[in-house]
Amino acid sequence: MSIDLMLFLVLALVAVAAAIGMLISQNAVYSALFLVINFATVAVFYLLLGAPFIAMAQITVYAGAIMVLFLFVIMLLGAEKLAPGKVLPYQRPMAISLAVVLVVEAVYLILGRNPSVATIIPPTEATNTIDAIRELGMTLFTKYLLPFEVTSILLLVAMIGAIVLTKREKGEQK
Amino acid sequence: MVPETYYIALSAILFTIGALGVLIRRNALIIFMSVELMLNAANLAFVAFANTYGQLSGQIIVFFVIAVAAAEVAVGLALIVAIFKTKKSIDVDQMSSLKG
Repeated sequence: MSIDLMLFLVLALVAVAAAIGMLISQNAVYSALFLVINFATVAVFYLLLGAPFIAMAQITVYAGAIMVLFLFVIMLLGAEKLAPGKVLPYQRPMAISLAVVLVVEAVYLILGRNPSVATIIPPTEATNTIDAIRELGMTLFTKYLLPFEVTSILLLVAMIGAIVLTKREKGEQK
Repeated sequence: MVPETYYIALSAILFTIGALGVLIRRNALIIFMSVELMLNAANLAFVAFANTYGQLSGQIIVFFVIAVAAAEVAVGLALIVAIFKTKKSIDVDQMSSLKG
């Protein structure tokens, strides 16, 4: 077993375990922390796939900014736990069994039937140099310039939206 | 050598866990986190394909997905805070009426 495959299997185990931990934690803070582990693991996958810039963006934006925002809102609302409520009795077992069917079918179709023979190219020394990132930046600012500019408008709209939604309206009681 | 299909299979598994989270949890914040997990699974597949086919476009799409996810979280959490102000709860089962 090659070192790459071993790294992949161990990391995959951590990623899936962290995702399941997020799913079953009763406390929302624990869920958020499990999700941070999952994001960090996926960042390591990006390093293995030879995408160091995306890996760092994943850490700063996802595991950093987005999850801090989540933790902040959880603690601001004090909504770590929900009061037990009435749920449809058949909803949970049905959701779990359908998800199992979905995952078995997807994995069978991906791995079992006429699988792609392509293998991952391990990162070389050239992947982790400044040239690789320069090439990424050149593609981003030439071929994908318009989507990049549209993204800036999207972020502006999101910012205004967040302000408008949480602003207290005039004359509204506290 | 790791086959590309292993990464795609892992991505499918993570996506399913995210979809299951949306279905079985009632806490709106955890539903949001599950949506993030699904976006992340899709990103993993994109980067795996970018690697095998030697295309940088796959990585750039991931960059955009991260930006869109950040925007989505900002608006979504603002909505959750606004709902919490009126309902005093973020249980999605409580949000069953249109006005108020």
